[in-house]
Amino acid sequence: MRKGLLGKETALELAERILSMSPGELTEVSVRGGVSRLTRFSDNYVHQNVSEAGHTATVRVIFGKKIGTASTNSLDEESLREAVAAASKMAEFQKPNEEFNGIPGPATYEEPKTFFDSTFDFSPLDRARAVKVIVDAAQAKGFRAAGAYSTGASEVCLANSLGLRAYHSGTMANLRTVVMSDSGSGYGDASAMDVSDIDPQSVAATAVGKCEMNKDPEPVPAGEYEVVMEPHAVAEMVGYLVRGGFAAQAVSEGRSFLVGRLGQKLFSDLVNIWDDGLDPLGFPMPFDMEGVPKRKVVLVENGVAKELLYDFKTAKKEGKEPTGHGGFGGWGPMASNLFMGPGRSTMGELIRGTKRGILITRFHYTNMAHPMRVLVTGMTRDGTFLIEDGKIVRPVKNFRFTESALRVFATVDAATAERVRAGRAVVPAIHVPAFNFTGVTEF
Amino acid sequence: MKELTSLALEKAKRLGASYADIRIVDKRQESIRTKNGNVESMTSSRSRGFGVRVLCDGAWGFSSSSTLAPSEIERIAQEAVEIARASATVKRGRDIVLAPQEPVTAKWESKLKVDPFLVKAEDKIKVLMEADRLMRSNKGVRVASGNISALREEKVFASTEGSYIEQVRTETGAGIEAMAADKGELQRRSYPNSAGGDFASKGFEIVEEMDLPGHAEKVANEAVALLTAKQCPSLTTDLVLDSSQLTLQIHESCGHPIELDRVFGQEAAYAGTSFLTPEKLGTFRYGSDFVTIVADATLPYGLGSFGYDDEGVPAQRTVIVDKGIFKNYLTSRETAQELGQVSNGTARSDGWNHIPIIRMTNVSLEPGDWTLDEIIKDTKEGVYMETNKSWSIDDKRLNFQFGVEMAYEIKDGALGAMLKNANYTGITYEFWRSCDAVAGKDEWHLWGLPNCGKGEPGQVAHVGHGASPARFRNVKVGVGKWQ
Repeated sequence: MRKGLLGKETALELAERILSMSPGELTEVSVRGGVSRLTRFSDNYVHQNVSEAGHTATVRVIFGKKIGTASTNSLDEESLREAVAAASKMAEFQKPNEEFNGIPGPATYEEPKTFFDSTFDFSPLDRARAVKVIVDAAQAKGFRAAGAYSTGASEVCLANSLGLRAYHSGTMANLRTVVMSDSGSGYGDASAMDVSDIDPQSVAATAVGKCEMNKDPEPVPAGEYEVVMEPHAVAEMVGYLVRGGFAAQAVSEGRSFLVGRLGQKLFSDLVNIWDDGLDPLGFPMPFDMEGVPKRKVVLVENGVAKELLYDFKTAKKEGKEPTGHGGFGGWGPMASNLFMGPGRSTMGELIRGTKRGILITRFHYTNMAHPMRVLVTGMTRDGTFLIEDGKIVRPVKNFRFTESALRVFATVDAATAERVRAGRAVVPAIHVPAFNFTGVTEF
Repeated sequence: MKELTSLALEKAKRLGASYADIRIVDKRQESIRTKNGNVESMTSSRSRGFGVRVLCDGAWGFSSSSTLAPSEIERIAQEAVEIARASATVKRGRDIVLAPQEPVTAKWESKLKVDPFLVKAEDKIKVLMEADRLMRSNKGVRVASGNISALREEKVFASTEGSYIEQVRTETGAGIEAMAADKGELQRRSYPNSAGGDFASKGFEIVEEMDLPGHAEKVANEAVALLTAKQCPSLTTDLVLDSSQLTLQIHESCGHPIELDRVFGQEAAYAGTSFLTPEKLGTFRYGSDFVTIVADATLPYGLGSFGYDDEGVPAQRTVIVDKGIFKNYLTSRETAQELGQVSNGTARSDGWNHIPIIRMTNVSLEPGDWTLDEIIKDTKEGVYMETNKSWSIDDKRLNFQFGVEMAYEIKDGALGAMLKNANYTGITYEFWRSCDAVAGKDEWHLWGLPNCGKGEPGQVAHVGHGASPARFRNVKVGVGKWQ
């Protein structure tokens, strides 16, 4: 038994026990948790080093259309009974939810390999050694490194009174750093299910290299520029496009740009975006938080908006099949493992194809300014460069942008063949002919 | 409980820790969300556990568990020491040292009138359903939603320096929102604030004071009216902000950059650093003479109020900006001593499983002596903006941009046409230096924000901000292409 994890058998036994306590006509149970460890560093030393472990059991008790939900992180008999009683009491005094249309039945699931002992067993000393690699690389250039190395293992067990039983466990590791000089900074990161796939030397080299390039940035006036977006920036834009726009519930409530536009060509031919919960290039998960098997959903094909993401409730309401994108308790459908298709260019070609433009390493603190227009504002950070006549000529001070993701993907005219895992999405770098920078900051 | 805390502290000391503390936390929450005439969710949750933090070989280690048993407490104390020893392999040239703090033995409890956990669910649902019905009486409303939530946190803190502190805090909050959408436009209006409403360290009386049903029709009518309102023009003009939008302005452009851990780079790879570097302390002109900002964890009912922080330091009032001059940071014991200071008590954690980091308390703009009416009458041309909708700021907290739910033109000292999609942008110190009027006490409100994210692993703090309406000269509004 792995310390901090329940394992499939124990988790399912626990879920069965909770189900047996429920007086509900229908009952859903989730048991989620695991271990999470993180070493954080700044100014070339470890300033925080933590570990946590625990599980939360959540029960949803349903009488007719009356629903109550309760959760506890204490898994002893008494606490579980208390949680079931609390959920039952709430359901009893509840008004019927006329939109409630049942819970999913049993299903069979794929079993992707997602658990790696190398990650689970990675120790605080192992993390410290990797951090030292980055700190040494930064110090060798007179820079300061900050960042975090996190590793963890999580498990999810779902069960309901219709016989649905689902269990999944996986590991994840992420190493990221911002390397800083007195006048600029650079970013590097890597994430993987298997910690052995993370190379601290490579992460350090990327961040130190960017920091060296980003020396004494000068201001360039705000305005419209051609841009080359590196994958982290692209991933954020893809996230905004999909989150609000392609959730079926958002469309049915009239708050998506796709209202009345599904099937239309809204984007450049180059744009292909899909969600695939089982693709190991991302972080696979065989089912959603309602226990519905995940299926690949093609959101955009050659620029045409094709399909929507459904949870159980929205699918039933609209007479569709759920796609495996539900959250526990009906929070609405959401994407989980996003991909954008590759182009045919290299990064060098994107830059060489830019007459006068800006190279963006990544964005900072972005926020949706208008959901129907997918108008997003945010800042650039950790390496913003001016490109002239196909060459990077100098670093520039960071910009604020206020731009629509719809326009970005409608006009993108080149993408790299190489794709990178950036956060929760796998995407290429792209070239966009016009991007609206609306302000400049002082660094 | 003392036996359990002693077990952890003794074990850590035996294994070589020079300092250790333990927090045992029991947190209970209840919430009800309604949407379009249905109870969308009704949830109750409880989370119990403990965390042990140690200094060993001059470096930090922390571990935590939800199993509150003697053997597990000893195991976690040992793990925290092992983690600290790993940290010590990547040190600066010096050990981590804590600013001195007198040991405290105390009990503290927040005050309330009506225990929100004893109010019947039917009564809570009735309030929300009435507001929901009234919002949807305007047929232009696509989604009407509301929520009421309550939280109680019971916490024990003990340290190897001899502190033993027991605290109980209760919070309650509520809010409603109407969403209207038509012909490619989408507008929201909320009451009393966006992002879930208003929250305080109070009981259910806060929900009664709000009178959600009494404001429901106005909220709905404004959301629908915004659909066809004039687009906020793009220009540089005078800007008047209501109290609720000012709280977010304070939060992002003052509250975060004064966190001393941020200043020292401890958040650099995530949320960023701060332009308020230590050489600016005591001399930097952050704002105009009208700008005095205070961090006060002792304010009654504040969402950022408490008795003692999670290092056992008493809650206190600290002047951050005094008549425009930057005077103080928010500090912890570790960061304060780097500046030769003692902690002003702002290290807080959001649960048993996370370490304390510097968090805002109640960071507020002190009231001035105007009224909102007087400010508008005194403004020849400008824009009045209410209630935050979107926010963004750079990683040193200089260049910001905020969007609001609703705005009005100001023409010749009076409110004119309603404006939609209004936003404004600026550089933090230029913006605060342009402040030339702040309304007085009668229009000052202490808002609660239960959603301040910081740190890795991510923590969510509950903080407070007080403000009354204020005016800022020559601000860029209407940013972006909207046609």
